Amino acid sequence: MKLFLKHFAMNRGALLGSAILLIVILTGIFCSFLFEESPWMMVGQPLLLPFQESEFPLGTDMLGRDIAAGLAYGARVSLMVGVISTLVAVFVGVMIGAAAGYYGGWIDDAMMRFTEFFQTIPQLAMAVVLVAILSPSIYSIVGAIAIVSWPPVARLVRGEFLSLKQREFVQAAVVIGQRPSKIIFSQILPNAISPIIVTASLMIATAILTESALAFLGLGDRNMMSWGFMIGASRTMLREAPWMSVMPGVAILLTVLAINLIGEGLNDAMNPQLRKRGES
Amino acid sequence: MKFLSFLASRIWKALGVILGVVVFNFFLIRLAPGDPASIMAGEAASSDPAYVEQLRQQFGFDQPLYQQLWLYLKGILHFDLGYSYRNKLPVLDLILERLPATLLLMGCAFVFSIVIGVLLGVLASRSRYTSRHTWLDSAIMTGALLLYATPLFWLSLLMIIFFSVTLGWLPAFGMESVGAHYTGWAHIADVATHLVLPVISLGCFFMAVYARLTRATMLEVMGMDFIKTARAKGVPAGQVIRKHVLRNALLPVVTFAGIQLGQMAGGAVLTETVFAWPGIGRLMFDALLQRDYQLLLGVFLVTATMVVVFNLLTDLLYRFIDPRIEFGT
Repeated sequence: MKLFLKHFAMNRGALLGSAILLIVILTGIFCSFLFEESPWMMVGQPLLLPFQESEFPLGTDMLGRDIAAGLAYGARVSLMVGVISTLVAVFVGVMIGAAAGYYGGWIDDAMMRFTEFFQTIPQLAMAVVLVAILSPSIYSIVGAIAIVSWPPVARLVRGEFLSLKQREFVQAAVVIGQRPSKIIFSQILPNAISPIIVTASLMIATAILTESALAFLGLGDRNMMSWGFMIGASRTMLREAPWMSVMPGVAILLTVLAINLIGEGLNDAMNPQLRKRGES
Repeated sequence: MKFLSFLASRIWKALGVILGVVVFNFFLIRLAPGDPASIMAGEAASSDPAYVEQLRQQFGFDQPLYQQLWLYLKGILHFDLGYSYRNKLPVLDLILERLPATLLLMGCAFVFSIVIGVLLGVLASRSRYTSRHTWLDSAIMTGALLLYATPLFWLSLLMIIFFSVTLGWLPAFGMESVGAHYTGWAHIADVATHLVLPVISLGCFFMAVYARLTRATMLEVMGMDFIKTARAKGVPAGQVIRKHVLRNALLPVVTFAGIQLGQMAGGAVLTETVFAWPGIGRLMFDALLQRDYQLLLGVFLVTATMVVVFNLLTDLLYRFIDPRIEFGT
């Protein structure tokens, strides 16, 4: 653990990423203290330029809503959707990958066909269809992102299981008569945890991008301010008020960049040999 | 013979995926909250009770599930993807009319991303290998990292602000100039200028992926013994890179090309929406706005089919590029 922290801290990119992400997380947590009014409230003159009035450092949109407040509340939504959908996707991926890798045979065949199916189809299009038909809400958004993003985890976990189950400590566990569920969860899985963490961290970044794309297309939760929604809403004012679309995009870019940097830092620190896998 | 059985198994698999999408669409309509017939009718038609009743009859919503599925499948097998009440046209006609524009956009973006991406990857790895201009390597890799994190639709808007609004160099939307009615070369040139921004917007993320992928595999191949031998016997670095390294580093690029198409088809929805490109991505967005769900599901099915066909083609191509790979399943 100490060695891991040392490796991680030596990576300048990862440190920078952690710093940015920390700011985003804190903003997301304390947004309701920072901005008492809801981000949907009209609080000032419409279309104020950034820094034109000290009260609204990032300006206001065409309805006089504070862009800074929108960004702060959007941070909460983006992080929440990113983390929860990734957790669900990792859970599904681990279950399917572990069953396929551990049992092999026809179970493996069936599970991998299933996984391949979800990998082949256009993921964003599927997410759009899912959210649109199940009607946009935070649940359908999280669910749709999880459904389109679990396959890489399943493939990764299956690969780890295939190689780990040949190892002697697993053989020993089989011989002493441990139940398969115990072998899967307490013998093999802990040994496969570091590549899963790396993949999961990068998946959060992708999930945030997907959420913003859905919100941009008008498939966001109507009750929650989101960065993608802000960009989508600003499209009609592109010529008159470009800052309205620039600001939320910068927020997405920085957050996703920070998470990617952290993910790569984790990758290098946890297992240098995995570097190639992260790039392919 | 081996090739034929390989081909048959690939086609079988492809059909399986398409069938999967059909079944997915079927169950999604029935899982959605509300009456499935009025969901299928969409917003425009759900207030027309006669039409909803007609749908209920046609898809047998009062019959057992397996019969409903059979009715649905039978329709698809007859190339009936449903009817867009809003547009007063069969869904398939609407899609086929828009398909060429999407194929043009995706084809250009595909070529753009692969050519420029591989080129940047080669440049980066060469500067690293020869230890000259190493800033080039850092610059390309930093750029790729930034592109990885950039929302594509946002980048499109920035490009419109910069190239169309501020500089006025390139058109911001559509596929041809409104009311110009160019013919011959003038028409091609007109479409080409309209293509520039959408192609960059759709292709640049994949360009970054290709750059990173090419650089990584090039550096790996460069460390191998046969490269050292080539260098030791006096072959110039440039020639080694071109003739020995690049050729061996291209395989992962082809593999990724197959995976990329699915993602690109999704990205096309965003690009076409921003640039009002008259393709099926834009059609999907219109279907979303109008809550025209038969059209939405139809576009999804056609997009998936398109991706599956492309995958099949890259799979075959892969076998021809690398003869070491057997025609196994």
